[in-house]
Amino acid sequence: MSRFRRRKLVNYVMLGLAGVCTAIVLVPLVSLLALVISRGLAGLNLEFFTQLPKPVGEPGGGMANAIVGTLTMVTMACILGLPVGILAGTYLSEFGRGPLAGTVRFMSDVLTGVPSIVVGIFVNVVVVIRTGHFSAYAGALALAIIMIPLVTRTTEEMLRMVPNSLREASLALGATRARTVGSIVYRSASAGLITGSLLAVARVAGETAPLLFTALNNRFWHHTLSEPIASLPVYIYRYAISPYKDWQQQAWTAALVLVLMVLTTSVAARIAVSLRK
Amino acid sequence: MALGMEIQNLRAWYGKVKALQDINLTVVPGAVTAIIGPSGCGKSTFIRCLNRLHEVVRGARASGQVWLGDLNIYGRGVDPVLVRRRIGMVFQKPNPFPAMSIFDNVAAGLHLDGVPRQEIYGRVEMALRLAGLWDEVRDRLQVSGANLSGGQQQRLCLARALALEPEVLLLDEPCSALDPASTMHIEAVLRDLKGRYTVVIVTHNMQQASRVADYTAFFLTGEVVEYGSTEDIFTRPRDERTENYITGRFG
Repeated sequence: MSRFRRRKLVNYVMLGLAGVCTAIVLVPLVSLLALVISRGLAGLNLEFFTQLPKPVGEPGGGMANAIVGTLTMVTMACILGLPVGILAGTYLSEFGRGPLAGTVRFMSDVLTGVPSIVVGIFVNVVVVIRTGHFSAYAGALALAIIMIPLVTRTTEEMLRMVPNSLREASLALGATRARTVGSIVYRSASAGLITGSLLAVARVAGETAPLLFTALNNRFWHHTLSEPIASLPVYIYRYAISPYKDWQQQAWTAALVLVLMVLTTSVAARIAVSLRK
Repeated sequence: MALGMEIQNLRAWYGKVKALQDINLTVVPGAVTAIIGPSGCGKSTFIRCLNRLHEVVRGARASGQVWLGDLNIYGRGVDPVLVRRRIGMVFQKPNPFPAMSIFDNVAAGLHLDGVPRQEIYGRVEMALRLAGLWDEVRDRLQVSGANLSGGQQQRLCLARALALEPEVLLLDEPCSALDPASTMHIEAVLRDLKGRYTVVIVTHNMQQASRVADYTAFFLTGEVVEYGSTEDIFTRPRDERTENYITGRFG
């Protein structure tokens, strides 16, 4: 009886601890969101999405160019980074064996750990200095380099979770290895692959440091991808450290918009996954 | 048309471990052949060699000759992918594709084979009828295969294999994860297949072998100890080890 009661007690204590820890995890998240929303909401109006930034002293203006710039660079980074990352992860999970796979995996882990500012300097040296100007594609390349190792490793993990029995079932039907991966393994892991890709997108959407060295910034619309381009994170950085009250307000609003953009993408993708089933 | 198989000097390894010693066996066309034997005797390895699935395991290899009609599936230049389209397989654990509907599970092999779109529905229905599952799923073909019960999932896998009208059907302990009623269901299907399909079934269950098989091979430590008609094996075993096994003295 006493042993039973002790076990019940331990059970409740542990459950309570787990609950408390969950609450602790939620505190920074909720308070961050609350702060961004409460400060950002004040400047949220149509103008913010449709107008260019105004010079110092002039009230109003928006960040339309920065919103488009972030969307442009993140989309380009996805086009560059997702296929490479997903295929590299597929190689590691499905085909890679021996020292080559080990090396790829190790390199990918090392690359994950490289500070993003270093990636920015790297792309600056390799692209910006060579071409002689900051550009949208330099920024996108930097973001893609940050994405690739993240996507590679999550893809590998997600594909490894697909049971081998499904691969064998497909092979036994006379499917080739490539076909097995394409129509069975990917389909079974699709939710995980999308989540992994979105985490990578969310991660790079907020990157500031690498963009300072590659895309720089632009107070106006960009006309081609080979010229400097505005982005929300860089604008947040510049406006937040400025001494002007209305710029600080716009930085908060830009932060809110950035958070909403990431949130919308991930919700949209989740809906897409659930509709397909 | 059902084809027989002729296995000659088949050996198989996992890395350095030899799993099959030197197998010689004839699989009679249109009949059910059961492979029995204790755990670890090489039954599963053997059946996985018959559609060249053994070699997909890392470090696994096999040598020898396995004739499917007049094709040696271990011959030089033979593509295992083409071999597997002619030889169907059902596994121990039901493994329907979870991201696909019931219909798509059965149609999966047909799409691979390039069967014209207008023929697919008929072939799927035929396979589901043959597997005895049609009446249970005809109204919910678009539901995920993972929503079926274990026994239904296994019949779905059977239908998936049968849809390709394979020349040989391999079953690797298909009932070991199923309840008795589902087992009876599968066995009834196997009896229906007799004459039309060549069937090789690995089983732990000796009653099952005696119920469904025309021929039985007894495996022990990677060798065929005895092979003959099921009746002979169970009533007049020639080898003492066979007798010990079927009377339950070991295994």
